[in-house]
Amino acid sequence: MKTSLILAATLLAASSYAERLTLNGAGASFPAPVYQQWTYAYTADELGAAINYQSVGSGAGINQIKAGTIDFAGSDAPLTPPQCDESGLVQIPMLTGAVVPIVNLPRLKDAQLKLSNATLSAIFLGEITNWNDPRIAAENPDVKLPKTLPITVVHRSDSSGTTNIFTSYLANVSTKWKEKIGAGSNVKWPVGIGGQKNPGVCNTVSRIRGAIGYTEYTYALEAQLATVQLCDAQGKYHTAQAPFWPILGTTYILFRKDMDTERCEALKAYLRWCFKKGDSQAITLHYTPLPEPVKAQVLRDVLK
Amino acid sequence: MKRINFLDSTFRNVCLICTGVCGAITVALVVQLSSASSEAWHTFGWGLLLSTEWDPVTNVYGALPAIIGTLLTTGLALFIALPLAFLCALQLVEAPPALSKILSHGIDLLAAIPSVIYGMWGLFILCPLLQEAFWLLEIDTNGFGVLAASLILALMILPYICAVMRDVLKMTPALLKEAAMGVGCTPWECARDIFLRHGAKALLGGIFIGLGRALGETMAVLFVVGNIIEIPSNLLEGCTTISATLANNFAEAEGLQQSVLFALGLILLLMTFGIQVLAHCYLRKTAQMKG
Repeated sequence: MKTSLILAATLLAASSYAERLTLNGAGASFPAPVYQQWTYAYTADELGAAINYQSVGSGAGINQIKAGTIDFAGSDAPLTPPQCDESGLVQIPMLTGAVVPIVNLPRLKDAQLKLSNATLSAIFLGEITNWNDPRIAAENPDVKLPKTLPITVVHRSDSSGTTNIFTSYLANVSTKWKEKIGAGSNVKWPVGIGGQKNPGVCNTVSRIRGAIGYTEYTYALEAQLATVQLCDAQGKYHTAQAPFWPILGTTYILFRKDMDTERCEALKAYLRWCFKKGDSQAITLHYTPLPEPVKAQVLRDVLK
Repeated sequence: MKRINFLDSTFRNVCLICTGVCGAITVALVVQLSSASSEAWHTFGWGLLLSTEWDPVTNVYGALPAIIGTLLTTGLALFIALPLAFLCALQLVEAPPALSKILSHGIDLLAAIPSVIYGMWGLFILCPLLQEAFWLLEIDTNGFGVLAASLILALMILPYICAVMRDVLKMTPALLKEAAMGVGCTPWECARDIFLRHGAKALLGGIFIGLGRALGETMAVLFVVGNIIEIPSNLLEGCTTISATLANNFAEAEGLQQSVLFALGLILLLMTFGIQVLAHCYLRKTAQMKG
């Protein structure tokens, strides 16, 4: 009797497990830390679908959703409305996050070094090649800079939404960058070496003395790398924690219009949950949730 | 009797099908790579092989930096690994059997380490070490580049080359060796005049094995090569290889860039195929010599 009860319970558990829908997503590594937190909390919080998210990169996510091998994709570089229509995709904004320059200098504390936009773009253009350059020293009278240390620029070797956010910023603040390099997920870097994905850039920067790179803020915190202060249009410096950080990017979720109804409803239920209950986790991980009016509009128009 | 005949023919057919499928896959691969890269060949023509430009923003691509990077890292790796492997092989043949067995296993173990581990070791240990070492010599470098990639590759191909050389050296006729000892040769003279002469043949075999392995190596190189699509002006500068370029860009590529990456794949396939053919010719030649 007892055995059969246990058996029945096990079977029941097994069958309810089997019935649970699994939704697979892939794409941008930029918001991946939040998505992973969300799926974990969502699974604990509600009896909805199990969600999987692989951070394979924005472009790879878009390629996979177009091919129909996943249920949703994450991308930092938004598709234009005609591109969405052409591939039968729905695109909604999810989050904004900060991209921060990271540096590896001896005895430098986090958010200590100040770089103006002109200096930042000059470094990434390869015009400033040593940390003893007077332009850096002028902006940092209270920082003890190395007597001589070559600057190694570290950028992404793969195509990346983070690169798109960062190069768009540089193109915005520097006409020279805009004319010579331009903005995009993958550009022709004038100097530096390439690392694989956000963690690869962090690892490479942390291994090279005198390196400067850029990454999503959470990755910089995890790797305990020093971020810098950047300047806004008024000439005021901000740290990456402040609300006025200048390099921000919005990340998006894409799914197919012709998705199976049951799966589509499950995905929408999950996304509704993210909008309503996900903010606290996003803020803990130093991302910024979307403004309420935008959320309300997405909830009303797409996720109803 | 009939039953055995039936088994025989079935077995023969199964073997035939297996071999046929393998051959067909190779052909299909070449066809697929050629057709997928046709857009790139059409757009850039032979210029694809000769151009050094790589600009995803304006969609202009050239394969030359990746080809040169591949040849350079592979060539330098062989240059480092060949003499080392020859010395190792000589030691293995000459050492007392017990010691030789342990050393031999140790070197074989090098071959069993997954390449991604070599890559991590390169990123976390070798590159910072190179950076420090060259700074002592007052040379500015970040450690990542051709030299780091070649050192890692050399370590990876060493066990393969060593194994080939060890086998060739073992085949040195005992009579020759004993005769040399008999006329009063020192071990050094014996190694130089008998083993080295005889083992020169092993050199080519080692080169082919090493080339085949080093050309296509991806993960280990990816970590330390710097991943810049430019022709390096010296050995301490970053570059890229064909396989690293593919690994970096393929997942996210579309349109013309994807076609260019397929073209790079085809070039790499043809390069390795060329080495296979050379190796076969070499093997046939040595077989005739022995025959």
